[in-house]
Amino acid sequence: MRKASTALAGGLLAAALAAGTLTAGAPAAHAQISDDVIRIGVMNDQSGLYADITGQGEVTAVRMAAEAMGGAIDGRKIEVIFADNQNKPDIGSNIARQWYDQEKVDLIIVGGASSVTLAVQAVAREKGRINIVSAAAASDHTNKACSPTAAHWTYDTTALANGTGKALVQEGGDSWFFLTADYAFGHALERETGEAVRAGGGKVLGSVRHPLNTPDFSSFLLQAQGSGAKIIGLANAGGDTINSIKQASEFGIVQAGQRLAGLLVFITDVHSLGLKTAQGLVITTAFYWDQNDETRAWAKSFMERMNGKAPTMVQAGSGSAALHYLRAVKAAGTDDASKVMAQMRATKINDFMTKDGWIREDGRVMRTMYLAQVKSPAESTGPFDYYKILRSIPAEEAFRSLDITECPHLKK
Amino acid sequence: MTEIFGINSFAFYGQVMLGLINGAFYAMLSLGLAVIFGLLNVINFTHGAQYMMGAFAAWMALNYLGLNYWWALILAPLVVGAFGMVIERLLLRRLYDLDHLYGLLLTFGLALVIEGIFRKQYGASGLPYAIPPALSGGQNLGFMFLPNYRGWVVVASLVVCLGTWFVIERTRLGSYLRAATENPGLVQAFGINVPRMVTLTYGFGVALAAFAGVLAAPIYQVSPLMGTNLIIVVFAVVVIGGMGSIMGAIVTGFGLGVVEGLTKVFYPEASNTVIFVVMAIVLLIRPAGLFGTAR
Repeated sequence: MRKASTALAGGLLAAALAAGTLTAGAPAAHAQISDDVIRIGVMNDQSGLYADITGQGEVTAVRMAAEAMGGAIDGRKIEVIFADNQNKPDIGSNIARQWYDQEKVDLIIVGGASSVTLAVQAVAREKGRINIVSAAAASDHTNKACSPTAAHWTYDTTALANGTGKALVQEGGDSWFFLTADYAFGHALERETGEAVRAGGGKVLGSVRHPLNTPDFSSFLLQAQGSGAKIIGLANAGGDTINSIKQASEFGIVQAGQRLAGLLVFITDVHSLGLKTAQGLVITTAFYWDQNDETRAWAKSFMERMNGKAPTMVQAGSGSAALHYLRAVKAAGTDDASKVMAQMRATKINDFMTKDGWIREDGRVMRTMYLAQVKSPAESTGPFDYYKILRSIPAEEAFRSLDITECPHLKK
Repeated sequence: MTEIFGINSFAFYGQVMLGLINGAFYAMLSLGLAVIFGLLNVINFTHGAQYMMGAFAAWMALNYLGLNYWWALILAPLVVGAFGMVIERLLLRRLYDLDHLYGLLLTFGLALVIEGIFRKQYGASGLPYAIPPALSGGQNLGFMFLPNYRGWVVVASLVVCLGTWFVIERTRLGSYLRAATENPGLVQAFGINVPRMVTLTYGFGVALAAFAGVLAAPIYQVSPLMGTNLIIVVFAVVVIGGMGSIMGAIVTGFGLGVVEGLTKVFYPEASNTVIFVVMAIVLLIRPAGLFGTAR
């Protein structure tokens, strides 16, 4: 099923690419704000396995950004709408077409599986409109599938590999075995982490590919144990990561001396695991609510609206993205896509989650990432007091260098 | 060291053992489905949701009432089973005279509603539930490290499965049940309250699902989606075993657990499809299933 949808996304992408070359050139620029309203559409997984990571939390974060701007710019109302793409590329691109063409949506913030966000980005590029990806991980968003009017806001597979992967190799974890989710995202994460491990002088002993949504990992974990690798890298996400970690603890794998590396772990996953099981995990994150007064204030307001649930880095990222977009609309005095994008690129990103970040030519948001460790139950003093930040990772170290880009509009 | 099929025998036994553990869940869930289908002729698509409710009932008992795992093991099946009986009385009962398809649609819809409610309330990522202290730790069997809890799951599942088989196939109560399956009118004429028996049977099938849910809570994440991930496989198990066959469901459940476990070693990518391949082959050769009789 997942494979089929990934293939479909690829097909859609190819079709959209072809269409894009035929209708090259953005629509005629007209200053001012069209149709008297600035409309932001948030489209993500509202009901499936990524609903806690993206879901209503992203919508809430974007609404908070709209409120921070006073709900209007120069008398034009800011409106936030949302939809469920069910992690299906065909549904995602249909909604995107309808939003851009009929419902006069100016910005789509899209989340969910990478297959959907890539499909939506293809639609946005074809139409010369702005889309921002916060939730999805695949670094292809700013590489092969890049778009001049897109931004990949929060993190990507390269940053995860360079963060957690490199850090563990430096600590002496120089032999790896991967448990990899058998679809595009898992493959990319395994490949990029493997590169980071080898670059640091470590070696990859093997990997096993498991189907998406596997309830039982014990068999794969025993294979990983048999490999004798020092680190078991989890190139998967959500429920698969949670079950891997939970069952590794049950089978005494960590006690026997091997270490787990959750390559993509959100605060909601840690919450679901409980600190007793999750303690000691080293993870890479773009945001943690308890970093400073500004993040705490924002998170407090977020949690009041979300029944006490702490924001994931993805949700914080969507709030940050919406804020930067709205500020650019105000500064440019128009909602014309290419002008707003030019303004967004020309200004540094500075808000509750981002300090001196910027949008690179390929759409990559260059930001400081953080290496964090999950606290033990004894270290944690309150609800969601889960991470201690080990160190920050400068943007240039975290993300892919532009020198090796495969982005079509940048390749020379 | 000896080798079996190219992998060393220790790893091989380990994987067979893990397969049996997963098979224990397949067996318990498919047994409930088989019992319900046997007597009610209803394809109970709510089974996955009821399994999930069992796990959540255990979580709620612990977090809201302070009742531990052992209490949950008794209470969750009772509560969820009672919920099942209410559904049978209010909704399912009205569909017995209609085609199978209506029961399937109703139970499928109910599953979506129930899972939606839990997702709204508790989120999609799931909740932690610890292994009870008495069963934590594990044994070194020489060929593998067996967590005590997994061993307990196999034992508990075998006891429940064989107990159910015994009651249905070897006792007087079971003979009433089987007779009512064949000819409800005649059994009613002998003074047995068939509608009540049907309600209780459905409640029992649901309670089995909830029991499996409580057993699963410490191993898998307690999440609203845990049932949907499992239910399709369990249906395949029932089809392979033969719809309505009690022993068929048990044997096939454990057997397919082992088949799946070994696939995870030889060709992991196919581990979630191998059961459906087996299903297709069985349906070609024996359309009524391995243990089923054509009716």
